[in-house]
Amino acid sequence: MQEMTSSLVRAFELLLSLDPVLYGIIFLSLQVSGLAVIAAAALGVPAGAGLALVRFPGREAAVSLLNTFMGLPPVVVGLVVYLILSRSGPMGFLGLLYSPTAMVAAQTILAFPIVAALTHAGIASVDPIVKDAIRSLGATTSQAARLVVIEARYAILAAVIAGYGRAAAEVGAVLMVGGNVEGYTRVMTTAIALETSRGDFELALALGIVLLFLSLVVNLALRAVQKRGALVR
Amino acid sequence: MTLSLSAAGLTKIYDGRAVLDGLDFAFQRGKVHAVIGPNGSGKSTLLRLLSLLDPPTRGTVLFLDGEEPAPADISVRRRMAFVFQRPSLFNTTVLKNVEAGLAIRGRPKRERNDVALDALRRVEMEKMADRNGRTLSGGESQRVALARALAVEPEILFLDEPTANLDPHSVRIIGKAIEKLRDGGRTTILLVTHNMFLAQRLADRVVFLFEGRIVEEGEAAAVIERPRDERTWRFLTGELAG
Ligand SMILES: Nc1ncnc2c1ncn2[C@@H]1O[C@H](COP(=O)(O)OP(=O)(O)OP(=O)(O)O)[C@@H](O)[C@H]1O
Ligand SMILES: [Mg+2]
Repeated sequence: MQEMTSSLVRAFELLLSLDPVLYGIIFLSLQVSGLAVIAAAALGVPAGAGLALVRFPGREAAVSLLNTFMGLPPVVVGLVVYLILSRSGPMGFLGLLYSPTAMVAAQTILAFPIVAALTHAGIASVDPIVKDAIRSLGATTSQAARLVVIEARYAILAAVIAGYGRAAAEVGAVLMVGGNVEGYTRVMTTAIALETSRGDFELALALGIVLLFLSLVVNLALRAVQKRGALVR
Repeated sequence: MTLSLSAAGLTKIYDGRAVLDGLDFAFQRGKVHAVIGPNGSGKSTLLRLLSLLDPPTRGTVLFLDGEEPAPADISVRRRMAFVFQRPSLFNTTVLKNVEAGLAIRGRPKRERNDVALDALRRVEMEKMADRNGRTLSGGESQRVALARALAVEPEILFLDEPTANLDPHSVRIIGKAIEKLRDGGRTTILLVTHNMFLAQRLADRVVFLFEGRIVEEGEAAAVIERPRDERTWRFLTGELAG
């Protein structure tokens, strides 16, 4: 208990002293997860919207697949990205293994199904009467699609935030493809795992606090966005 | 010349049952038609087919532009508007809701704003222009939905129980707006309602729908006060079940 208290005190000291190692890790984490969520949104929002708006054979199956992939185990994603990027893998020539780019790729794969599936759900759950109203106002098919997406904008924003939450909290995949190289690929989650295994708790706790705080921010944002989306009389 | 509307052999089958059963009818240009009938008699279905929201199983909806047939496509859809039985506003401001049809038609921003505010005044909702449409009461919401329809100056206006569940004040405002439109004489109106006072006050013609067929049709006062068909009589006195 005493050890924990003193670690906690030193964790706060680290945070307040603007320790460069600590903030380097935080900055890299934000960068990797931020890029990953931008990529996941760029791919996932159109994919989810397409699934919700366009009828084609196999659509149901695609939605089920996406929903299944929402729960992808990070270590499996790590393994697959590792195999693809490893020297003997199909994209090994890029030399990206153990780089931040590889971590972005892994987190993008993890966040994509979440963004796409929740975007799909948000657009699909727009009240049919609102869709009727759009059509009754003389919208063409493409105008109607655009307006339905706009109507679901808060759900889509929530999907992107949820995707960020998934990417930022994940440790298995980035550890495998990033390698946890200090000053290069060490992010908050992998640093916490390492420092804890070393029995060195102060940095781990400081990062844990930051991670918790970010998670709080993400959840508050999510709730605010969902509330706006669910406005009812 | 304004658009005219008629149905030829209009049939809609749901789950093997004919909800509309070979309807033939020509609506009168510029007149208000009250469509009455028991719950489930097919009134909403009829409006949805006529407004091209749903396709018929058989038969056709015919539009005439003067004497010329007009194809049932987007250009005809843009000459009609619909107010639904349930609130149907978008999750945005009241003003943007009313501007929606104009934005779809590519009208410039300034003009949109003026026309929308004018439409809101006609339903006495201009003070709520900045409110979110989804936070309105049922009555306010229906008045805005009517303004949204009025803003596009439809030649055919479909109103599916626009006053259901509304208090007398909102009913009066909606009634007044419809009255004004009727007196303009340029809009063909189909008004589904269970409110016989409203039907009698607003409608030129009454169409009585029963089990997917038109049982009786005629001048409003005549049908409501002196129905010829026994089923119409029993419906009006509340003895006819759907
Ligand atoms: N999409 C649908 N699928 C199956 N049945 C339907 C569908 N829409 C309507 N029906 C059925 O068609 C019949 C007529 O429905 P409709 O909504 O047109 O009645 P209505 O005259 O508008 O009734 P109300 O006065 O209750 O609004 C009902 O029995 C209804 O259950
Ligand atoms: Mg109905």
